[in-house]
Amino acid sequence: MIPDLCAYALRLGDDALVLAQRLVEWSSRAPALEEDIALSNIALDLLGQARSLLGYAGEVEGAGRGDDDLAYLRPEGEFTNCLLVEQPNGDFAATMARQLFFSTYQLALYRRLVNSADETLAAVAAKAAKEVDYHRDHATGWTLRLGDGTEESHRRMQAAVDQLWPFTLELLAPDGLTDRLAAAGVAVDPSSLRAEWDAHVEAVLAEATLTRPADGWQPGGGRQGRHTEHLGYLLAEMQHLHRSHPGARW
Amino acid sequence: MTGADPGAVRAALREVVDPEIPVLTIEDLGVLRDVTVDADGRVEVTITPTYSGCPALDTIRADVDRVLGEHGFAGARIRTVLAPAWTTDWMTEEGRRKLAEEGIAPPRPTAAIPPLGPEPVPVELVRCPRCGSGDTRLVSRFGSTACKALRACNRCLEPFDHFKAL
Repeated sequence: MIPDLCAYALRLGDDALVLAQRLVEWSSRAPALEEDIALSNIALDLLGQARSLLGYAGEVEGAGRGDDDLAYLRPEGEFTNCLLVEQPNGDFAATMARQLFFSTYQLALYRRLVNSADETLAAVAAKAAKEVDYHRDHATGWTLRLGDGTEESHRRMQAAVDQLWPFTLELLAPDGLTDRLAAAGVAVDPSSLRAEWDAHVEAVLAEATLTRPADGWQPGGGRQGRHTEHLGYLLAEMQHLHRSHPGARW
Repeated sequence: MTGADPGAVRAALREVVDPEIPVLTIEDLGVLRDVTVDADGRVEVTITPTYSGCPALDTIRADVDRVLGEHGFAGARIRTVLAPAWTTDWMTEEGRRKLAEEGIAPPRPTAAIPPLGPEPVPVELVRCPRCGSGDTRLVSRFGSTACKALRACNRCLEPFDHFKAL
């Protein structure tokens, strides 16, 4: 039970941490000041969630590792985030497509995780669900504006949706870990989120005059630590300071 | 240390303000959840973050520790809890009044908040803290801190912060 719970908290925490790191890459270079602030705020929410989840994973593991150790000192193969969140920012449309897909998943997940038999996971979820509601709303607004905007914005938004679609299949795929923990009432079975995810994403795409891509190629492996090339570069940047100056503090 | 009075501890903690909105004490904000004194006179203060990633929480914790020490309550335990999740409904009337005076529109009661989406006709107006007009518009749901949204007044044209309901 203990290794499973630790692995699950790590998985949720890694999703939040890696996406937070991706989003801060927009700081000082978003298309408008309001967006710069919005993306940084969303990243900060995710970073806070990651700290709670990684801190809890360390506590459950009981080996003395804290949130910083887990964030800064694990190699790529030990990160179990989904492949979607590590994908590069691309243009603003690609970032918004990734936000729409991920926040729709995360909101559906947290809304159910509030009923977890594990009190800490339930508390983190209750807090985070309110924040992610804003994230999903933000991404929804931009998908509508870009999809149903100019010819160029429509083209870019559709290209972003097409490019990232295959990575969404991993979000809703259960595995042994989620099966065992869902049976114990601790985790949420990712496949149970499918109806809510489809309903929201398909409605937004339709209203944005975008085409829902067909399901085909299904890249996976993130949950087992097998990542796309992009994660290594992200971690190198994120972990560099801590590894070069162990214990560095502000 | 025996005989410490929770009321006296609370009074001392009115010196602790939110570092990002210093007109509000942590009590006004609803971040201070509980103050207890056990049979041995040991003080325990419970605080909760506004947002998961609220960068002010570490400062608040340090300030609570410092202020308690200055008032003779050194060695108090400071506990951070996540549940129940903080809501703007916990902000005191006093806190709402101070916010408005500072030019920040206070949060609406969460029960009156329509579901997020393209902004519908508001159930309850967000009034401009400068001129009082209810004719205001949302500029961005994300503002200068995690807890605020940016709005603008259509009448006096001033932009202003709105403490968003959560």
